[in-house]
Amino acid sequence: MKNSKFKKVIISSIIFNFALLLYNFPLYALEANKKILPNGLTVLHSEKHNLPIVMITMIVKAGVLDEPKEKAGLAYLTAELLDEGTKSRKSSEISEEIEFIGAGLGASAGSDYTTITLSVLKKDIEKGFELFSDILLNPVFPKEELDRKRELIKGSLKQREEDPSFLAERSFKKEAFGEHPYGRLVEGSTETLSEITREDLLGFHLKYFIPNNAMLSVVGDLTPAELNSLIKQYLYSWEIAELPERKIHPMNEEKTKKAVKIDKDVTQATIIIGHLGISRDNPDYYAVSVMNYILGSGGFSSRLMQKIRDELGLAYDVRSFFTASKEKGLFQAEVQTKNESANTTTEEILKQIEKIRREEVSDEELSGAKDYLTGSFPRRLDTSRKMADFLATVEFYNLGLDYAEKYVSFINAVTKEDVQRVAGKYLDAENFVLIVVANQKKAGIRY
Amino acid sequence: MKKFVLLIILILVLPLSLNAEVKEYKLDNGLKVLVIEDHKAPLATFQIWYRVGSRDEPAGKNGISHLLEHMMFKGTPKYGSKEFSKMVKKKGGVDNAFTTKDYTMYYQTLASDRIDISIELEADRMQNLILDPKEVIAERDVVMEERRMRYDDDPQNSLYEEVLAAAFKSHPYHWPVIGWMSDISSIEREGLLSHYKAYYSPDNAVIVVSGDVQADEIIKKITAAFGDISPASGRAVVTSKETEQKGERRISLRREAELPYIIALYHTPSFPHPDSYALEVLGMVLSGGKSSRLYKSMVYEKKLAIGASADYSGFNKDPYLFLFDATAAPGKDIKDVENALYVEIEKIKKELPSEREVQKAKNQIEASFIMGQDSIYYQAQIAGMFEMLGSWKLKEDYMENIKKVKPEDVTRVAKKYLHEDNRTVGILIPTKNPK
Repeated sequence: MKNSKFKKVIISSIIFNFALLLYNFPLYALEANKKILPNGLTVLHSEKHNLPIVMITMIVKAGVLDEPKEKAGLAYLTAELLDEGTKSRKSSEISEEIEFIGAGLGASAGSDYTTITLSVLKKDIEKGFELFSDILLNPVFPKEELDRKRELIKGSLKQREEDPSFLAERSFKKEAFGEHPYGRLVEGSTETLSEITREDLLGFHLKYFIPNNAMLSVVGDLTPAELNSLIKQYLYSWEIAELPERKIHPMNEEKTKKAVKIDKDVTQATIIIGHLGISRDNPDYYAVSVMNYILGSGGFSSRLMQKIRDELGLAYDVRSFFTASKEKGLFQAEVQTKNESANTTTEEILKQIEKIRREEVSDEELSGAKDYLTGSFPRRLDTSRKMADFLATVEFYNLGLDYAEKYVSFINAVTKEDVQRVAGKYLDAENFVLIVVANQKKAGIRY
Repeated sequence: MKKFVLLIILILVLPLSLNAEVKEYKLDNGLKVLVIEDHKAPLATFQIWYRVGSRDEPAGKNGISHLLEHMMFKGTPKYGSKEFSKMVKKKGGVDNAFTTKDYTMYYQTLASDRIDISIELEADRMQNLILDPKEVIAERDVVMEERRMRYDDDPQNSLYEEVLAAAFKSHPYHWPVIGWMSDISSIEREGLLSHYKAYYSPDNAVIVVSGDVQADEIIKKITAAFGDISPASGRAVVTSKETEQKGERRISLRREAELPYIIALYHTPSFPHPDSYALEVLGMVLSGGKSSRLYKSMVYEKKLAIGASADYSGFNKDPYLFLFDATAAPGKDIKDVENALYVEIEKIKKELPSEREVQKAKNQIEASFIMGQDSIYYQAQIAGMFEMLGSWKLKEDYMENIKKVKPEDVTRVAKKYLHEDNRTVGILIPTKNPK
């Protein structure tokens, strides 16, 4: 019953993880308490007693934004190595202890922050929390573990080049963001990974992994008293330190049009069309959510899907999304179609972008989008794991614990005029980056 | 001491609270309904399982079950193409479907007070599918794009398809669920219609509802909507059995790729065969995380592979497989990767795993089972999967049987099934891009 790549034999008729990045923040019937500890750590807690499980998510404000260009991959490597050796435990001891209690413990870095998660049965919370705090506070980044992990990441980067979507995505980020840190892979590159030393990891951890730069979210079968006692025992020794300054990185916003063609012996062209988008704190975020639902994130209700899959049979999946981050993110539309249909499909996507910029959406489309965005609250928070992640993210983006009501009212306030205005403002069918990974001879891209 | 007491209480409480109660009903027309009440959130999942998959397909029409699954979204006279999906989305819900070798499942998860939509529209499309010939042709193109994306342009998945076809000779598990390209392109309305008529009937289906619903209320509604649908006949009974393999089979695949990759398959029985529980534990001992044997030996110590895993795949109607796969690290020889894999297999056949190792595997299986119960979708899915194997009640025994597995059982099943004559191996050999 565990996950395995072999489970790929199951085939769905729709791919349904439609870029939830943009609208996965609504809050439903979620009672949570928030407090800030003397050492500056923000703690969010919600009790759920339906099952004897506890789900923990910690966000540390340390990500790609905080690493030097020539050491790209530093945040990622730091996260990957947290559980590969602490002051009192070897790498193999950590995995043995955590797996013996059937728990999950892991860390991963992203553009804006690092996430550390623990999933554990209530009966093992003491052990689980102790290990969680150990990898958070006491990692030692052993040299041989660094070397090993570095080679594994390099190997995996190489293997992923087999995947046309990976190649397209990597190239798109680079072209759209230019020199901005968001333009790099979180994993860095073979070259920059080689530059990272043990001292870099120790320094990065020391500087960013401090309580006043982090937030802890706990959901599950745990009372406030039980949580307090765990925190007291394992996180009170975590010392407050000077908050590192987060630089704003300049972004080149000059409008350009560029097509990149990558040749590969494949049957399908993988196409990405897009450009810079919005940041998470942009007040137009909600109108953009509604607009993009109608354009390309609404599954079978979206225009791109209706046109390109249902009417023309050109693709199995087509979608558009905005990645809204701390700094300005991306807008992109993505599709796979047989090499020979690459031009037609690109043209259709551009037509749809142009159409939503020029013409008002229908009443039906507008209400459909709003109903979905507001009505899907409970489902997006229907497990303790999802809630723990959600609370931490809401805190990171400073959305407030009353985000539930706010979100619904913001979405409901969006008008047809708003939709057209934000389409005009944040979509561009003239100046964009186009990436096509394909058998270029067969695709014969005109752009 | 305190911890000890806590443990005992939990052991007493666990079996009661963690196996959510399943209520079973059967309508006169043969439709089975399972209801699992869980009132933690105002949500419900509706799943309908049809006992049909690539296992049941006529020769030359491989992929017809999956294409039919796509066509199920293309409308009835009452509700047009994709209208069901749109209605569900408009209520904030999600819907999808998937096809496997043994069954096809459709589901919606939405606010529990909207569950009537599922009942009405699933009953409608069980009887009244249009299957417009033009739409069939358009959807065939969509499925061909899906095939290109999932298999043809993915070297590791291509190898998987090849090696599976080599492992099964006489049993229809030989066919890929999505279908071979030439078969997909030859499927037409008539074929789909007879497949639909034979298999999409109440006596060949199981409904599972879980979440914030009242069982007695929901069964009334389901009976009203589905009760008048007639059972069907004309289903072919699959009698093919895989003949015993007597000697290793090897295949290779040469194509543009970055790293060599190996898959090794061994024929094994499925749940609820008495050996299946020990096989499940064996899979965990070999491949349950970074402390398990394959990772420790092949990835961590020998640095031969960037990933190595084992998986016992026991949720099949007929005997299926124990699977291994590994991706060679850059510069490493796939032969060495293969040999390292066999070293681990031989080791567990010769020496008993430790008590602690087996206990760890059981703890991992149990914890993930418990955590899975947090999702109403997963609860329904587990009940449905066991029902496809014979009865949802197997779910009740599953954890108990896992707990009974001893180190001797693990070694015994390893010896019995993981031997060379029972093995099919596939190797992906990367070639340079000729361009």
